[in-house]
Amino acid sequence: MGKLDGKVAVITGGARGQGRSHAVTLAREGADIVVCDIAAQIASVPFPMGTIEQLQETVQLVEDLDRRCVAVQADVRDAAQVKAVVDRALSEFGKVDILLANAGIGSFSSVVDMTDEQWDDVINTNLKGVFNAMRAVLPHMIERRSGRIVATSSMAGRVGMPNIAHYAAAKWGVIGLVKSVALEVAQYGITVNAVCPTTVNTDMIHNEATYKLFRPDLENPTAEDALAAFSGLNVLPIPWVEAQDISNAILFLVSDDARYITGTAVEVAAGMNARTAA
Amino acid sequence: MGKLDGKVAVITGGARGQGRAHALTLAREGADIVICDIAAQIDTVPYPMATPADLEETVRLVEDLDRRCVAVQADVRDGAQMQAVAERAMSEFGRIDILLANAGIFSFAGGGGSWEMTDEQWRDMIDVNLTGVWQSCKAVIPHMIAGGRGGSIVITSSTAGLHGFANFAHYVSAKHGVVGLMRTLAIELAPHNIRVNTVHPTSVRTPMVMNEATRRLFGGGQDISQEQFFEIMQSMNALPVGAVEPEDISNAILWLVSDDARYVTGVTLPVDAGFGVK
Repeated sequence: MGKLDGKVAVITGGARGQGRSHAVTLAREGADIVVCDIAAQIASVPFPMGTIEQLQETVQLVEDLDRRCVAVQADVRDAAQVKAVVDRALSEFGKVDILLANAGIGSFSSVVDMTDEQWDDVINTNLKGVFNAMRAVLPHMIERRSGRIVATSSMAGRVGMPNIAHYAAAKWGVIGLVKSVALEVAQYGITVNAVCPTTVNTDMIHNEATYKLFRPDLENPTAEDALAAFSGLNVLPIPWVEAQDISNAILFLVSDDARYITGTAVEVAAGMNARTAA
Repeated sequence: MGKLDGKVAVITGGARGQGRAHALTLAREGADIVICDIAAQIDTVPYPMATPADLEETVRLVEDLDRRCVAVQADVRDGAQMQAVAERAMSEFGRIDILLANAGIFSFAGGGGSWEMTDEQWRDMIDVNLTGVWQSCKAVIPHMIAGGRGGSIVITSSTAGLHGFANFAHYVSAKHGVVGLMRTLAIELAPHNIRVNTVHPTSVRTPMVMNEATRRLFGGGQDISQEQFFEIMQSMNALPVGAVEPEDISNAILWLVSDDARYVTGVTLPVDAGFGVK
């Protein structure tokens, strides 16, 4: 008996990384899964993004757990594409119980040097994409008077971080969105929360562009060069958390055990949050 | 296989209410339990506090789950008594993995503003709800550090630990104060892999809330019916519920003290039916 037996979850950004981990974790607890991913490169993103092959591998991993998984290639910046994902979930499964608005990108620049494209791509994926996903599922959840939404914010949504002001703006924005929507849909028993990870051990950080963000003093930093800088952000003596740690928090939030938790931002952040007031 | 097999939890305020629910929830997951409670009346508290019979009943309920439970009558305000609780836990079980600093009282200024409260009301509240939490941590932490196995501390704060409320500035101050204590302990204890977090309940259906004095507070000086009481409490929350069950707090605490939350420290976790966003 899993905690999510009979449930259906829609997960954006499910080709790899945190999204894949969430898909597998929820499936392990009995949920059937619909994943989407742009599965293509956005030009302003300085590291390789998820691929169709990776999206298909997520499907395989869920099916290996004897659960159904439907994958849709979709760009969360496009409201029609996101709606199509939800429509597909409804036609395949008849309902959506859980939405994980997880899809996100990053790029690095000071504000002074930032291009419109860099700003727009991050805001449109990381903030508007979350809005698009919520707007697509909520009419159905409201009609059923039931639902769980978790949006992936970040510790960059709790503090300021140089050279990723657009990312921080989007991630702070996600929390404003989460809290406001929580108020709108509380009367239907639908809960809406955010998770705020510290650095997570995925492809999104293991690339030269991210290492350079953490070690701007080096020409060609390696993971090892960046390790101390990553660790310096955290209070627990670790450089990063695993995607599974975020999945565990999300599992708690979408289960019945958290039926009265709504409008919160839960930091899975190795204590980085202890230094801030937010 | 429970999530807390082999673990030992010390729970203050374990005679009834939230403390009892936590004892049962953790025991159900395999933990052995040490509970303490003043099990006596404090003059400034306007409702009947727990009794030794309540404390014995919690022991019986834990033993019904085939787990061991040791009960100590102890006042969290007294450092020597709390040291004795910790030493009893160590002599009976040889380890302490979890501390739930849950013991708490409630009272309020009669009619006027908080500045019209008596010195005794103020002092008792700070002594129990803030200093008592510190004394509990002070007693247990050296044993956790010496054990070398890490640990998890959850302090029970309140919506009043994040927001202001009229009529009980002492309760609000103490509940805010434990957040500061928690953030500092999270930073200090991180190198020992001891995590520290707070939970922030809205009204919980326990004897601390379900009594005439509290009804009169909500009723503006008049006693009101249970229905009216729940209506008023519900109007303060976002989700359509007046008071959450103690088990809702226990479920959040269970997640926090388990390995599923191994990198969650320094967080303020509301279990508040959306009170905080309203």
